[in-house]
Amino acid sequence: MISVRDLGLTFLGKRGAPPIEVLRSVNLEVLPGQFVCIVGPSGCGKTTLLNIITGFLKQSAGDVLVQGAPVKGPDPRRIFVFQDNGVFPWLTVEQNIGFGIARRSLQEQREIVHRYVQMVGLTGFEKAYPRELSGGMRQRVEIARALAPNPEIIYMDEPFGALDFITRLKMRADLTRIWQEEKKTILFVTHDIEESVQLADRVVVMSSRPGTIRKQIRIELPRPRDLDSPEYLDVRDEIFRTIGMSLKVGVG
Amino acid sequence: MKKSILLPLSVLVAVYFLWDGAVLLSKSDIFPRPSQVFFAIVELIQRGLLLKYVVASLFRVSVGFVLAVLIGVPLGLLLGWFRSAFLAFNPLIQILRPISPIAWIPIAILWFKVDDRAPIFLIFLSSLFPITVTAIAAVQNIQPVYVRAAQNFGVTRIDLFKRVIFPACLPQIITSLRISLGIAWLVVVAAEMIAVNSGLGYLIIDARNAGKRYDLVVAGMLMIGLIGLLLDLLVRSLERFEEVKWGYSERS
Repeated sequence: MISVRDLGLTFLGKRGAPPIEVLRSVNLEVLPGQFVCIVGPSGCGKTTLLNIITGFLKQSAGDVLVQGAPVKGPDPRRIFVFQDNGVFPWLTVEQNIGFGIARRSLQEQREIVHRYVQMVGLTGFEKAYPRELSGGMRQRVEIARALAPNPEIIYMDEPFGALDFITRLKMRADLTRIWQEEKKTILFVTHDIEESVQLADRVVVMSSRPGTIRKQIRIELPRPRDLDSPEYLDVRDEIFRTIGMSLKVGVG
Repeated sequence: MKKSILLPLSVLVAVYFLWDGAVLLSKSDIFPRPSQVFFAIVELIQRGLLLKYVVASLFRVSVGFVLAVLIGVPLGLLLGWFRSAFLAFNPLIQILRPISPIAWIPIAILWFKVDDRAPIFLIFLSSLFPITVTAIAAVQNIQPVYVRAAQNFGVTRIDLFKRVIFPACLPQIITSLRISLGIAWLVVVAAEMIAVNSGLGYLIIDARNAGKRYDLVVAGMLMIGLIGLLLDLLVRSLERFEEVKWGYSERS
């Protein structure tokens, strides 16, 4: 259970410039097993918010509690999946996936790595190095590496942002399946509204400068989700309107 | 025949004849013809000097270079990671670094007399700075995402160095080894001309001083060039390891 209370972050301005308020009174609750997406325009502070929740960054006001305890820093029970490539290029696929479980017995390590190699669909690539893989496959390695130590929560920061459209759709389907199998809590940051509606139980819409939560929308559509259904389109359009975007392009 | 063999071979043949022709035309009785250099090498082999001197030079380079690696790599990694250590020691390094190892020869002789330790000390100095400075820069430019990912998995500080910082810097460190071994090989010849009574550098200066044996001088030069090439190929082969390939461009 993640609980963010009245969170604020202000950077001091450089050389007499006014301070920059990045986040203001953010309140958020995520229940165990939930899949929550945070969406917002670029620069709204959503990545910053995730970095604070993880413990990479310190807030200037408010609290972040996980299981009732304040977050003091990164913790192996809560793994962060990075936007750009966080996979270690000097390790093979299986060495990367096993990175966080080095203290287990060799037998256990082999079993866990094998299990997650299969789950993310990288069978046959265990001995490959990241430079030999496509961007989508590298992101699969990163997800498997995050799952291997069996964390309670997974934080994802635009993990599919650098992938092409078709790969992205495939990754969303696979992530949904993995989430259903593993029953992890996932907090997922994206700027892609369609992505958030396809994935989440709840979409948290942020606005920028200072970043704050404008609206939270529950999505109770059954999975697998039909991207043509009127219910899906209704939710999507509601988020577009919340962000203040027109669905039409060009002038009439 | 392959172009990559034919082209350099024809240049070498051309140089051979140009050299030979130039010596014949100049009617010099001091500057050797290529054939005389060849016989000088044979003479050195027969007198048992070639092997002795090559071993002497290689021994000094190896000891000095290995000491520099053993101290320079950990020192550079630590100075690159700990900001205050860097601030404290960087000015000292930057003052010592531009001093040519050759300038240390009088001090080396003062401290170590005419003894193997003098050239070893000079080799050590000449390699230490490039290796240390490169390792510092490599740590400072490490992708922050690697460090964050590792910290997220809860690694200890020692493991962070062993499993992330060192392998992340290794490609650049290997490049610096290549450069500094090249410098070391230049420096050992200069040091042997002044500070000892054996080695390829001593051979060159002794052959000139003892009887204007320029055939032996050029023979010594040729051996220095060939061994230098072999040393470079040796260090270069380190770049082919799978663990570091990611750090080099795909061109070569």
